[in-house]
Parts: sequence; structure tokens; C-alpha cells
Amino acid sequence: MPVEYTERGMLKYTQKLIERFRNPKNIGEMENPTVVATEGDPTCGDMFKMFLRIENGRIEDVKFLSFGCAANIATGDMTADLIKGKTVEEAGKLQIKEIVDGLGGLPAIKMHCATLAYRTLKKALTEYKQKQASGAQAQPKG
Amino acid sequence: MRAYLDNGTTTPVAKEVVEAMLPYFTERFGHPTFLYSFGQEAADAVDRSQKSIARTINAKPGEILFTSSATEANDIALRGVAYANHERGNHIITTNIENPSILRTCERLEKEGFKIDYLPVDGEGFVDVSKLEEKLNDKTILVSVANVNDEIGTIEPVEEIGKLLRDQKEKIYFHVNAAAGYARVPVDVERIGADLVSLSAHKIHGPKGVGALYIREGTPVEPVSYGYVSLFKLKPGTENIPGIVGFAKAAELAFDGFERHTNHMKKLRDKLISGFERVSYSVINGPRGDKRSPANVSCSFKGLEGESMLMHLDLNGISVATGSACSTTKLEPSHVLTAIGVKPEVAHGTMRFTLSRYNTEEEIDYTLEVVPRVVEQLRKISPVKPEEL
Repeated sequence: MPVEYTERGMLKYTQKLIERFRNPKNIGEMENPTVVATEGDPTCGDMFKMFLRIENGRIEDVKFLSFGCAANIATGDMTADLIKGKTVEEAGKLQIKEIVDGLGGLPAIKMHCATLAYRTLKKALTEYKQKQASGAQAQPKG
Repeated sequence: MRAYLDNGTTTPVAKEVVEAMLPYFTERFGHPTFLYSFGQEAADAVDRSQKSIARTINAKPGEILFTSSATEANDIALRGVAYANHERGNHIITTNIENPSILRTCERLEKEGFKIDYLPVDGEGFVDVSKLEEKLNDKTILVSVANVNDEIGTIEPVEEIGKLLRDQKEKIYFHVNAAAGYARVPVDVERIGADLVSLSAHKIHGPKGVGALYIREGTPVEPVSYGYVSLFKLKPGTENIPGIVGFAKAAELAFDGFERHTNHMKKLRDKLISGFERVSYSVINGPRGDKRSPANVSCSFKGLEGESMLMHLDLNGISVATGSACSTTKLEPSHVLTAIGVKPEVAHGTMRFTLSRYNTEEEIDYTLEVVPRVVEQLRKISPVKPEEL
């Protein structure tokens, strides 16, 4: 079926990206996550769900599910690797550029895939902070 | 194993076609408008090619115009007829499932003051001829409908449409884009009552960069490009002689064994369809049986995204197309799937498998082994549940 291109070669993926797409390390569901966030909409063709396990302010584990293209899966996996082991504070400073650079680049048309993983992370961290704030008030962590 | 199942996009050039073309690059390279023998060889080649193509659609050789593509043929047909007949009327009817080369050209004509009606289709992609009849008015000059839809393989009732148009008091020209249907279903310009038919070489194992437009004798068509007129007023510039020769050879090969080739494709098509039907939460798009192109299978696998599926199939050596938005810049699902009522979240998981006479049963068996595995793999990692779509 007809595919319309805006620039030549824009649908060419890097080897790094294809490798991550083939063998994503962080894909799957997580039992008892500290926080879960979903972004995107299947009607628009991509949806991303991120699970974080956070202990003492540090991201101990990250998992994700993807209804999306190869770039979506690869950026999700890259994002997970970049924030794993980091504090919530550090993860909050992650830049989209780091995700893209980690994959050796991304076709311009696929930039929204990188932002979807990024936005899901932001949402998860916000939710975590809100949870912490309300949890701290209701019952101090014991 | 490798299986190329995207023959609706383009096909490998047949070896016989390459052989037929080669002398026209190096030995018989002349310009067809010149009287010396080099020129005459080239002109003869164009004559013979017109005869070959004409025979396959029951036309006269002089009614075949060679173009650079079916896209260009569609442009000449639509704009050429519109400009040549604008004093009589400015109304054109097409459908909302046509190829972009029709739809984009219609949009341009709208900007120039033409009124275009885009007919809706039913759930299997069929045009309702009575709806077309309702749209006809005394300003209607042209109707354009593809005989086979390139995405879902629906064979449109072009003969019925042709009959309806012939019964009108005022002449309404009928254009049929047969790029997807040529060499898959019979195209007989007399039976259809078509005034213009677009054809493409590279979809029938011919070379890229060459197409044809059948123009019924006496049909007024205004040129849409200008320059040195060689053999064809409507397509100025030097002809692509090797391409034209290759196109003719490809047509000869396709039509020499038309029944055999199409029966082979039908068998593989039906095998694919019944295999995909066994995959849970899958939906075949378009009609079944004789109303479907022998070469087309379109299947939506719910709960997954088509580009990921395309990539996984490619990693397994299988090439297919997808209706997913992710493979386009617009990020909108295919207009054809939308037109037949496929929900966008399902359209994104739609794959198109298109066959040629060169595909084998082994390739289909292999595909039927890989596809369910990839579907399962992608559903496992998807946050979208197929049963909820």
C-alpha cells in the first residue's frame, strides 16, 4: 500500500535500534509494581505502559508493554535501561536526546515514539511523587 | 527461507523481460522519430509493444499511450479529460478508496474549480452503482473507479458502471485505474465500456518507470505536460524504449498463461486466508471468492501494531505491507481500511500479503508457520487486549 515519505531514507533504522527491537531486555509485565503509567492511544497506533519498582527513592526495576512500532519498542527498552538503578530525582532529568543517542539515532518521523516512552516515564514519576506525598501524610513509611 | 509477498507494491522483473530489454540500451538505442535505421528500430519496437499491450485489454494498438507510470497515466486521464471537457461540465465522480494518484489529483482539480464526489463503499469495499447513479448530473464529465482495490483486493463492478454511463444521454467518460487489477483479473475495454484505462509495468514483472494509458479513439484529452512531441502528443519527451519493450514482454508473459497464473495465485490466496482465519482475533478485510483479486490477502490481527509485525516478518525473511499509520508520515491509518469501517486501532494491525505467479506453496506454508508465532509474540508484549477491540 502506498507509503508517503517526507524525506529520503527516513524509515531506515539503525542496527542498534533493530537489535533492541529484536531482543528487548525490559519488556513484559511486572508483578506488584510501585507505580504504573500508560500513555498514548491505540486509535493513534501507539500505546505504552510502564511499570516501575522503586525502593528507597531508587528505581530498582523497569518493565514495559508496547502496542507500537519497532521504534516504540526500542525507545521503550532504551529508556528502561537508562533509568534503571537511578534515583527518582536522576531519572526525572533524563533527556529525550539520551534515548535517541542510545539507539544511534532515530528517523525524524519516529521522534514521537521516543517522546511517548519519555512522556510515560514523566507520568509515572509524577504519579510516584504524588503517591509519596499523600502516603507520607496518611501513614508514614514504616 | 525468503518470501516476497508484497507484489502489490512492486514485483521482480522477469528474466525474459530483462533479456528483451537489453538490446534496446546498447544496440537499438535510437530515437524513434528519426528516419535512419536506428530510429526505425526503436519506432518498430514501440509499435510492436502497443500491439502487445492492446491485445491484452481488447484495444487497438493506436489507443495505447506509454507513460512513465500508472500515476502519470492517472494524471493524464483525470486532468486531461477534465481540461478538455470543462466547458461542458465540471463534475467528476470517484470513490474514497482510490489510490493517492487519483485522490491527490482530484484534490488539485477541486482547487481549480472542479466538483468531485467521492463515493463511499460498503464493508467489503464495493461501490454501490445506484449511489453512483444518484450522483450523476448534467455537469458530470468523468467517472474514475479502479477495477481492483490495491489494498483489500475488492473487484469493483466496473462493467455495471460502464453500462450505466453508456446509457446516459450526454457522454460521461469512464476511467479505470487497473494498476492493481491488470494481469490479475480480465480487463476488456469493450466489456467494461471504459474510455481510459491506466496500467503499470512494474506490478506485472515488468520494469519500473513505465506505464500505459488506454485512451479510446475519439476521447478528448488535453495534454498536461508540454515539450518536444516524439510519438505521443500527450506524453512529450523521448520515449523510454527499453522500458516500453520490457512492459510489452511482461504483458505477453502474464497473459500467455493468464488462467494458469491466476489459478495459482488464487490457490495460494485461499490457503493464506484459511490459515489466517485460524489465528485468534484476526479479521480478513475485503470480499471472499470470485469478487476478490487472486493476488490479495488483507488481514487485521487485533492487539498488535503493523509496523512491528512487518519488521518481525522481515527478520524472518517475509516481506509484506501494512496498513499501519506508523509506516507513513501522516500517522493516520489507511484511508481504505477507514472507508470500509475498520476501527483505527484495528487498522494499525493490518497486514497486506500480495502474491505473484512466482510465489510457491512452500513460501505460503512457511508464512503460515511464522505469522501466528509473531502475532502471539507481539500480543504478549502489548498493553492492548485483542478481545477488547
